[in-house]
Amino acid sequence: MNVAIKKVPLYVIALILLVFTGYPFLYMISTSLKSRTQFFEKPYSLFSSFTLENFKSVFEMGLSRYFFNSILVSVIAVFAVMLIAALASYPLSRMKFKLNRVVFLLFIAGMMLPIHATLIPVFKLSQSMGLYDTVWALLGPYIAFSLPISIFILTQFMQEIPASLEEAAKIDGCSHFGIFWRVILPMLTPALMTVLIYNFIHLWNEFIFALVLISSPENMTLPLGLQDFKGEFSVNIPGLMAALTLASLPILVVYIFSQEKVVKGLAGGAVKE
Amino acid sequence: METQLKGVRTATPAAQTATRPKKKSLNKFITISLFLAPAIIVYILYVLYPIFTTLLYSFYKWDGVGAGEYVGLQNYINLLSDNVFWTSLTNNTWVILTSIFVQIPLGLIMALMLLAPIRGIRLFSGIYFFPFLISTVAVGLLWVLMLDPLNGIINQIVSVFGFENVEWLSQTHTAMFAVLLVIVWQFSPFYMILFKAAIVGIPEELYEAAEIDGASAFTKFFRITLPLLMPTIVSSSILAIVGSLKAFDIFYVMTGGGPNHSTELLGTYMFKQAFVNFNMGYASAIAFVMFFLAMIVTIIIQALDYYRKKKGAYV
Repeated sequence: MNVAIKKVPLYVIALILLVFTGYPFLYMISTSLKSRTQFFEKPYSLFSSFTLENFKSVFEMGLSRYFFNSILVSVIAVFAVMLIAALASYPLSRMKFKLNRVVFLLFIAGMMLPIHATLIPVFKLSQSMGLYDTVWALLGPYIAFSLPISIFILTQFMQEIPASLEEAAKIDGCSHFGIFWRVILPMLTPALMTVLIYNFIHLWNEFIFALVLISSPENMTLPLGLQDFKGEFSVNIPGLMAALTLASLPILVVYIFSQEKVVKGLAGGAVKE
Repeated sequence: METQLKGVRTATPAAQTATRPKKKSLNKFITISLFLAPAIIVYILYVLYPIFTTLLYSFYKWDGVGAGEYVGLQNYINLLSDNVFWTSLTNNTWVILTSIFVQIPLGLIMALMLLAPIRGIRLFSGIYFFPFLISTVAVGLLWVLMLDPLNGIINQIVSVFGFENVEWLSQTHTAMFAVLLVIVWQFSPFYMILFKAAIVGIPEELYEAAEIDGASAFTKFFRITLPLLMPTIVSSSILAIVGSLKAFDIFYVMTGGGPNHSTELLGTYMFKQAFVNFNMGYASAIAFVMFFLAMIVTIIIQALDYYRKKKGAYV
């Protein structure tokens, strides 16, 4: 009994935090299921009505186009990053050469870099390459800015793979590329999962490059499209909430099904096992 | 890509049969270069070259089209007497302070809750992390609605204390506070994860020994948990400082830096100068200041880390 009473404050704090973190989501989903009149009558009531009208209307307004663009650019960028970063991490973590440390630090320093310091030149570059206002303009900066954290995670992991495996492969006549492809890469799966999750979520949510490099609605990614919706939906709040719910859904669903992996992935290199 | 991979395949067996060391080291050089080439090319094109170009642009008065006019350090001199620039810098400092003194402690409390002996905590912990998952744009739009003076839930709550229809985001003295609240909401779960991992890593025996000595939960926290969490607190603070210098999205979405620059940050100000006013040279100067500040912070942190390791403290 005494123990149970002692725990009351704990439950109170836990509940306050639960409401603080969770309520906005309930509110978002609940509002997305209301009609406009229902919203103005009872803006605070939770799950008082269930209409899918808003979801239909946001799709008609082009949300599916934003979805398509976001999936296209984040999937291509993430897989390119995984390959390019894994290739670069191999010599950086397992071969001795003069500039190793310098090259490594140059990449890692990118994690500290404010994107703003590259914004105008990247904007000019995309114009001169004829990519401005296409989803392809995003690929270059997305890959480049995902490299530092990816290389950081992968080199850390690669360093821990015992050298004896590599030696054995070398004796069998394996080239460096053979070692990378047949020995290192298969062992890298957990680290690559971290890289995949981290970068996918960050790129799915990326805003500033999209804002600067894309202007036509048909080329917008989800975050930019949502920002664009803001104006059109200033009078249709349930519609806006439906758009937000749909845009957040893929990541929330992935998270619900593989919570541990997503948490570990999002913490990036900061949490070791 | 194809040709590069082939190149590696043919280059390396040659290295193994070669007897002359010169040829061997040349082959090693080629192998290393081929592994690094894709990453280095992309990185130079989209990161290193742009930073250098930003520095170059910052010496010009330039509208983004046509040729600019070389003005030397004039942009930087103007910056020093630009009130908005100083407001932005102050606001960035507020973001840093909020991160360190609100987000990090809250993240620690959340982490402690996750490990507290209460029922249903697994479900709680799942939800605690939600705010960090969704895009900043979605977070911003959601909170703009929650802070709405007429229909927002926040006003419903503060009306209990006698405040009516507060226009949180359109008054200069409340806008910054409102956005900082949202930042706390969004990023505390990130620090929660870092702290949870660190707390789990503390050996159980320490607590058992303290228990035998009759230590209270309070003592245990301040004598065991907190000191052992110091490295995590330090690295979280680093992430907070660097992240706060880069802050942009949430402010752009929620207030656009207004009203009357009261929530202006270096990031939003630079964006406006570049892509609204087309003062590309001036914007480049602001961008380079941001780069420079991030670099200084990084160097200081690296130096402190170096001394700390030398002294053998923590780690």
